[in-house]
Amino acid sequence: MSAHHDQSEPHGSMRDYVIGFVLSVILTAIPFWLVMNRPFDAPTTAIIIMAFAAVQMIVHMVYFLHMSPKTDGGWTLTSLIFTLIIVGIMMAGSLWVMHHLNTNMMPAPQDVRQLP
Amino acid sequence: MSTTTLPEGNAAGDFYDLHEHDHPEGHSTMLGFWIYLMSDCLIFAILFACYAVLGTNYAAGPGPQDLFELPLVALNTAMLLFSSITYGFAMLSTQRGSVGQTQLWLAITGLFGLAFLSIELYEFSHLIHIGATPQRSAFLSAFFTLVGTHGLHVTFGTVWLVTLMVQVARKGLIQANKRRLMCLSLFWHFLDVIWIGVFTFVYLMGMLR
Repeated sequence: MSAHHDQSEPHGSMRDYVIGFVLSVILTAIPFWLVMNRPFDAPTTAIIIMAFAAVQMIVHMVYFLHMSPKTDGGWTLTSLIFTLIIVGIMMAGSLWVMHHLNTNMMPAPQDVRQLP
Repeated sequence: MSTTTLPEGNAAGDFYDLHEHDHPEGHSTMLGFWIYLMSDCLIFAILFACYAVLGTNYAAGPGPQDLFELPLVALNTAMLLFSSITYGFAMLSTQRGSVGQTQLWLAITGLFGLAFLSIELYEFSHLIHIGATPQRSAFLSAFFTLVGTHGLHVTFGTVWLVTLMVQVARKGLIQANKRRLMCLSLFWHFLDVIWIGVFTFVYLMGMLR
């Protein structure tokens, strides 16, 4: 975080953008094709497209957002990792709690029949 | 502040740094904007969590397979991807210092942004027309909130882009404008990253149910 900030500014090159674009097109086209044509069953397809989304997000971070451990003395990456931890806790916690709420609070079919 | 004896005539002592370092204008803008984007990321994370929790509560209404049209979503995704690469070209032109090319690529990016918004608005109006309004079910409320918030971000990004085009036209590629273009670059590419989550978790996973 020194005054020499021009050196820490992220600069992309033509090569970066083209590589990022080609990779994103491939990583977008394959999941769409998998869901439209269904060569695999649903759970397998779900896992594959989630993996593709994760990889594509990293590709965008590296080639379009020019993330690197050196940007702004590492604070950019630090804040990203902090955010991802918060997002992870929040998503996992919400899904966990609400799943249990649904399974435990939802009346079973035989209980519903006995309702007045 | 380690000395215990105060200098003469300065009984109160200096409890603040009188010799502040020189901070050039905008030296921390990029980091500050990045931290804003991270807070924006939290907003989207909450909306994604809402959708994940409520996304199967159809209230006997239509589900994703009845509503979503994947070719349209693929077209939308393509628009956003193209706008990302053209914004990249605008940034490269900025680095070369070419005002004309920067403006040209910014205009093309804006058009792709508008195309994305038009397709999304068409989709929304179609859904509302067939009765799949946000009021219909928790699934549709969560869907419209999540996708609508992303669309609203793209709308404001487009407004910002036009504003920057006017500023570049009037002042040229001065340091301040370069910094602003860099911020919008982060914003624009960040929205593309969010869209990856939207098309994967909302549209593609929705079709798998």
